[in-house]
Order: sequence, then structure tokens, then C-alpha cells
Amino acid sequence: MYLLNRQQRNNVNISWMLLSLLLVAFLPFMLFSVLYYKSFLLLRNFNLGNLIFSESWHPSRSEFGFYPFIVGSILVTLTAILISTPICLLTAINVTQYAKKRFFRIMHPVIDILAGLPSVVYGVWGILVIVPFISRYLGPWLGVKTMGYSILAGAFVLSIMIIPFILNIIIEIFRTIPMELKEAALSLGSTKWQMVKHVILRKALPGIIAAVGFGLARAFGETMAVLMVVGNVAKVPRSVFDPGYTLPSLIANNYGEVLSIPQYDSALMFAALLLLTVSLFFNLLMHFFIARYNKY
Amino acid sequence: MKKSLKIEETFFRVLMILSTAFILFILGIIIYSVFEKGMKAISWEMLTSVPSGGYYYGKGGGILNAIVGSIVLSLGATILAFVIGLPVALFINVFLQHKKKLVNIIRFILDLIWGIPSIVYGAFGFTLMVLIGLQTSLLAGIITVTLFILPIMIRSMDEILRTVPKGLSEAAYSLGSNKSELAFKIFTRQSFSGIITAVLLSFGRAIGDAASVLFTAGYTDNLPNSLLEPVATLPLSIFFQLASPVPEVQARAYASALVLTVIILIVSLFSRGLGKRYHKTKINF
Repeated sequence: MYLLNRQQRNNVNISWMLLSLLLVAFLPFMLFSVLYYKSFLLLRNFNLGNLIFSESWHPSRSEFGFYPFIVGSILVTLTAILISTPICLLTAINVTQYAKKRFFRIMHPVIDILAGLPSVVYGVWGILVIVPFISRYLGPWLGVKTMGYSILAGAFVLSIMIIPFILNIIIEIFRTIPMELKEAALSLGSTKWQMVKHVILRKALPGIIAAVGFGLARAFGETMAVLMVVGNVAKVPRSVFDPGYTLPSLIANNYGEVLSIPQYDSALMFAALLLLTVSLFFNLLMHFFIARYNKY
Repeated sequence: MKKSLKIEETFFRVLMILSTAFILFILGIIIYSVFEKGMKAISWEMLTSVPSGGYYYGKGGGILNAIVGSIVLSLGATILAFVIGLPVALFINVFLQHKKKLVNIIRFILDLIWGIPSIVYGAFGFTLMVLIGLQTSLLAGIITVTLFILPIMIRSMDEILRTVPKGLSEAAYSLGSNKSELAFKIFTRQSFSGIITAVLLSFGRAIGDAASVLFTAGYTDNLPNSLLEPVATLPLSIFFQLASPVPEVQARAYASALVLTVIILIVSLFSRGLGKRYHKTKINF
């Protein structure tokens, strides 16, 4: 019935499993070394500090200053986090502490659908709704002249995209807080909000910080949705109403045409390497943060 | 109760309800705006034909190339990721059952890979492609997307396989099964619904991602007919059509976005339905 006997089949399966595991385990190292190898050409010719802090980006004149892109990325990401953190926090408290169980069952698919929507769809929505909103209403209302395609538009779309991600983690953390703690606080006569403020938020603080950190890392690398609404102007933005340019959009916009100039190619790989490093660094940091906190 | 406490409580309660309503409102407005714009432009011709001569100037044709291309590419990547991912998830939970530290390190690495942005996979895939001497093609796209969805697939399977009760493996051992039989015959069956959910989740991710296929899969007006030729994908077709100055073409981008959203919604509905259905075959302790 079978070609091999049981023992042999066992061995075949084990080697198949081990092979797959090795492939997966070495993936981050492979990514890192390949990108490093490709950006080596740029790193050999230019000083790292110069690359990061120089403002002039003129690939045709071999001037590769990543500063505008780095500032753009950081500005978009931080603004997005500032918008989505309070919303996630308040919603998570509402869903886990105040609302009825039935409501949680409604929220669950909502979070799932938000998390599952492709970034291009978010981009389309940004162009349809957010960009006109900023240029027609928000800009004039605040007395700022803006095209709509701006850091703020990118940040707003991005903040919606990371809401399901952060919200999920925070809800999970709130649910692990033992009932006894809440009951103890309530039986001592605290109001529900006092209980939330002094017991739940305090107990969950490290987890909340980690959730925001993971969200930050995710937001930093998001490409298509931001690319579609952020304006893509390679200048250091003066305010959130100015158009900007992020590292992922730099790669996405310029690939394909750069193969003829080896240094340009290398520069884009360096941008990818930067993204990879930031993402790995933040995730590592947050993992250690959680691990440390869990010990106490 | 003091009055200030009462005010504080009400204040934050209102904020909470507002932010929850905000999330619901945003989801509603996303779905509404995509459907409203998309429904105006969508037509039967668009869904069933490939772009004809003047398509990108607003003439006839459709996006069948992108729909079929996206499905073929994501299916290929999902199958490949399943073939690599299932053994890894099983290995962690069956063979390394008692090596907690090692398992934690592997899970940690998987979480790290999960966090890597898809554009980095795109750049990596492209470099790999050039090194092997491959053109932008369906194959290169499949490989890149596989790497991208692999951690998602493994981690979500892992979360389900973790919950398999210990008694079940002890029973199987005592009946004389070896480890790989335990893995493939008992664990996979017990976690069947979870594995299907993981596969559908990965498929959804694969079909929606644009950044990883941007340089690797290329774009074409033809239906995919070979692994070594470029293939069109829906997210990229949306992106390119939206960049066009012609209003008709832009309208078609909205229609394409509608198609992509509907596919994603169907996949997510399916995964809910199937998950519930196969829950019944599970042994409960």
C-alpha cells in the first residue's frame, strides 16, 4: 500500500520538517545579508552619517541624502500613532470593561475586516475621502494652504490601518488582568473609572507601550496606502500640511528605472536595509520589554 | 459619590463611546465610499475581458487579466507557503514539545519576520531574481509572496496546534504511533478548522499586497499562461489606473478596488463559516 515502511516515512517527514524550519529560521539573516551586500556599493563610497543627515537627493549628480525621507517617515508614523493610540485605548476599555458581551461579538468582525482590507483599498479611500477633506475643509478652516496630499493625509490613513493591529493587542492584554484585582478595587468603593485608571491602566501599562511599539514598527514600513496620499516631494516637510516622501514610497516609486545606475540601485537597497533594521530593532526592543515585564 | 468623580466618569465614558463609534463609522465610510464609486463604473464587460487596444485611454476592455493573475499568484503562494509552513508548525508543536526554550526562540524569530514590511520582501525578491537570472514573472512573484505570508501562516497554525490537549498525544503514543504519524494524522485533524482559517487568512494577505509584487511579478495585459512570464495583479492594476489622468480609467480603478474588496470580504466570510462548521469534528476533553 505504501512505498516506504513506517520508519522510513517517519524519517522522510522529519527531514522535510527540518529543512523547512531551517529555511524559515535563516530568512531574517538572508534578508539582512543580501540587502547589506547590495547596499555595500553606496556605503563604501559615502559616509553613513552623511547619507542619513544630508538633505540633497539628486541621484543623477550622485548625491544621496536620505534626510527628507527619514524625516517624512518619522513624521507620518508618529502622527499616525498619536491619532490611533487614544482611540484604541478608549475603545479597548469600552469593549472589555463597560460594554455588553454581545457588543464585543459585533466589534470582533469589525476589527477583522479593518485588519484584512488591502492597503491599496485604504489608499483609494484616502484619495476619495481624506485628501479632499483636508484640502477643502480642514486646511481652510485652520487657515493653511494645502493640496490635501500631505503628511497629515498619510498619517490619517495610516492611523486607521494600524487601529485593528494595536486594538487587538490591547484587548488581549486587558483580558489577562485578573478579575480579583478589579473586584478588590470596586469593593473598596472606587468608581468604575477609578478602577480602570488606577488598576487596569497601571497593570497594563507595559503591555500598552509594547502594543504601541509594535504598531509603530508596522506603520513605519507601510508602503502603498501612504505612497498614494502623501504627495511624494523629496523635500524636508515644514509642517504636517506639507507633502512629504517616505522611505517605502521612495523604493516603490523609483524601482525599475534605476537598474542602469548601479549607485542608485544600491541607494534604494540601502533604504530597504534601513527599513529592515528599524523594523527588527523595534520588534526586538518590544519583545525584550515584554519579557522583562513578565518576570515581575 | 463626589460630584467631580461623577463628572470624570461621564466625561471618559462619552469619550469611549465616541472613539468606538469612530471606528465603526470609519469602517462604514470606507466600505460605502469604495462601493459607491465602484458600482458606478463596474460592468460585466470589465469583469470578463482583458484590456483591449485603447483601454488605458478609456476605451473597451476589462481587468480579467488582473483578477485571474491575482488569484493564480496568491493560490500558488498559499500552496507553497502551506507546504513549507505546515511542517514547521507541526515540528514546533510535536517534536519540540518538551524544549520550551528552543520553541520560544523559534516563535520569537517568526514574530520578527512577521513584522518586516512587505516592500523589503519586494526588494529582496527582486535582488534574488536578478542573482538567479529570472525576469519579472509569475514564479518570482509567487516566491516573494510566499516568503511574505510564511510567518503569518506558521504563526496562526501554531496558535491552534498549541491548544491540542496533551492527553491526545499520550493516547496516540500509547497505541504505538510515531511522532510524524502523531503530527500528520492526529494534530492536523484535531486542528483542521484552525488550519483552514490560517490558510484563508494568508490567502487574503497574499491577494491584497502590492508592495511585494511591484518589482517581482511585473504587469501584463494578457492572461497568465506560463510561470516564467509576467503577471498582472489587482492591487497594481488599481494603482496604475488611479495614476492615469483619464477620468474613465480612474473610475475603473475604483471598480477594481471594489472587486478586490469583495474578494477579501468573501474570503473572510468563508474563513468564519468554515471555522464554525469543522469545529464539530473536534474531540473535546
